[in-house]
Amino acid sequence: MEKFHLEGSPKTPEIDFNGDTGILELRGRSIPENSVEFYAPLNKWLEEYAVQANENTTLDMKLEYFNTSSSKCILDLFKRLEKMNGGVTTVHVNWYFETEDEDMAEAGEDYQAIVELPFSIIEVEEI
Amino acid sequence: MAITDVYDFYRKMEDEKIILSFKGEFTADLLTSILHILESKMNALGISTKMKKRVFNVLVECFQNLYHHIETQEADQKAVNLQKSALIMVKHADDKFIVRTGNHVPNEGISELKRKLAMVNALNTDELRDLYKNKLKNDERSEKGTAGLGLIDIARKAKSKLEYEFLEIDKDSSFFCLNVVIE
Repeated sequence: MEKFHLEGSPKTPEIDFNGDTGILELRGRSIPENSVEFYAPLNKWLEEYAVQANENTTLDMKLEYFNTSSSKCILDLFKRLEKMNGGVTTVHVNWYFETEDEDMAEAGEDYQAIVELPFSIIEVEEI
Repeated sequence: MAITDVYDFYRKMEDEKIILSFKGEFTADLLTSILHILESKMNALGISTKMKKRVFNVLVECFQNLYHHIETQEADQKAVNLQKSALIMVKHADDKFIVRTGNHVPNEGISELKRKLAMVNALNTDELRDLYKNKLKNDERSEKGTAGLGLIDIARKAKSKLEYEFLEIDKDSSFFCLNVVIE
């Protein structure tokens, strides 16, 4: 299936969704005014991916920071993957945070508590 | 206003340690510019990653709260212009950052806003986290895609109580002053 790539911008993350490897990555900041509009094509891609998913799917969340309107959209992404998990594919989420950034680590834990997906919360020096 | 009054403005901002301020119409592009300037300033000051991100988060939420709020359709063009014009300032003093905003709000919306501010201020760190989590899990989004999490997130990141005042301008509107101290 077609790869999905979007360059990052000052308000939106770089997106790399690869259907062949099952590795889906968001990297950077997510603070758009209209998050629903930004995340719509990602959801559309995932809908198509769901019927032809790789055996394993890894979602790499490498966010510097995100606004509250993105937080709902991120939850929607997780929910979509939650539905796929255990069926067509086995999903794993890697939630990255920069050393010292306990807020981002906490945000990962919050999602982990809400969503039924295996999470790794990973500390890195720089995202 | 005398031409030399500009010095009074300068002096005031210098004394108050204002590192950034903007008054006018809030647009999406403006936020990008403000963040860019603030990022350079904080880098130059050698601010820690954690503090930098907290200031960014608070600024973004304050800004977008205003941005979405002032999109409200008003029948009266004068009211629209008045609502679009807002003020945002960032102050850096005694190792703390303070984000200040000022904007016009219709009087009819004040009681709801006060209720939200009082609720957020009544909660401690853990309670704010739980409220955020619950709202994230259960609440639906508004038409504009805003999540109703803005004030909760501001309070969480600031680690301090939100300070605010409403100054009544006339029978229809007031000026809402918000002061967020980021500890």
